[in-house]
Amino acid sequence: MADVTQEQLFEFLCRMGDNTLVLGHRVSEWCGHAPVLEEDIALANTALDLIGQTQMWLGLAGEVEGKGRTADDIAMLRDVWDFRNVLLAEQPNGDFGQTMMRQFLFDAWHLAMLTALTKSTHEQIAAIAAKAVKEVQYHVERSGETVIGLGDGTSESHKRMQDALDLLWPYVGEMFVSDAIDDAMAAAGIAPDLADLRAQYDAHVTPVLAEATLMIPEGGFAHKGGKTGFQHTEHLGHLLTQMQWLQRAYPGATW
Amino acid sequence: MKPAEAQIWDWLDAVPDPEIPVISVVDLGIVRGVAWEGDTLEVAVTPTYSGCPATSIISLDIETALHDRGIKDVRVKTQISPPWTTDWLSDKGRAKLIDYGIAPPRAAGGPECCPRCKSTNVTRISQFGSTPCKAQWRCADCLEPFDYFKCI
Repeated sequence: MADVTQEQLFEFLCRMGDNTLVLGHRVSEWCGHAPVLEEDIALANTALDLIGQTQMWLGLAGEVEGKGRTADDIAMLRDVWDFRNVLLAEQPNGDFGQTMMRQFLFDAWHLAMLTALTKSTHEQIAAIAAKAVKEVQYHVERSGETVIGLGDGTSESHKRMQDALDLLWPYVGEMFVSDAIDDAMAAAGIAPDLADLRAQYDAHVTPVLAEATLMIPEGGFAHKGGKTGFQHTEHLGHLLTQMQWLQRAYPGATW
Repeated sequence: MKPAEAQIWDWLDAVPDPEIPVISVVDLGIVRGVAWEGDTLEVAVTPTYSGCPATSIISLDIETALHDRGIKDVRVKTQISPPWTTDWLSDKGRAKLIDYGIAPPRAAGGPECCPRCKSTNVTRISQFGSTPCKAQWRCADCLEPFDYFKCI
């Protein structure tokens, strides 16, 4: 089995942690604004799970890096170009339907990824995945049911869900594209070959979208550049101005 | 003299869960081990949900309770593997949940009956509730909503 460098492992852990951090923050933006109380609570709970998972991923990233950075340091004191989340995670909430479509498209990948990571040769990664996967099963159950309910709902809700799918589908491909980091992780048995997850993802997502009476857009174009840090969308910077405001205005603040 | 481990478990069984104070942290199944390392008592605690805000309060409550019993050096360590499961809820804890109005978890994925009127005519409102560990259900007979401690 091949070895990975400390830098590669750090990079991989930032990808996992930044996905959950950025999406967790996005989802938390709904707190107090969701269409009904039950959905507000469900969104807040989902955000909380994701932020909790972030603490584990970025906490381990800090340990691996060995420079004494905590999960909070990594989350709050980096700028856009150091973030390694997929572009899907940073896309704006839009309406409730768009938020739930983004959630479902991510959750289905997250479930497949975490399930594979429970068998990681890296003991701590396997432990975090085993913890997180139980929470994500509840996330995807809800997001899938909501996509079906709204897609196969009124003509208005159907239209909004189809618009959301058309908008977000081109961001799905990035989750399955491998680069040198992913190849190194796969060779060492730390993480799965991402391309191998695609069949499982499609087998999950396709029937749900069909039941939701939604059409998957044609074409395989994928927006890329988030997880490699090459180029994020404009939205991430705006998100960070909110998320990191306190630590930037009052560095080192505690309470 | 160092208190025996069985004694420490008894003391921990008196530390309430901050969100559901009728059950103890031992009933909840989150205390995974108690061991002396020299003069330091190490208590292994596993979080229920990754982001559960009660986790840090629980660690603090455990330290405080043991300090109050005269144990000076307490180290609470977080242990995430194996992950917490609702299978670890004690029978005593399950019974207390029902008395408190929370339906305990069941492998079937839903409550056996309404914790108030015992009707089995219950429906799910939402898989997510007032804390990460609970779902919201409603009784179709007494018409009261209630919490269900969901399986994980």
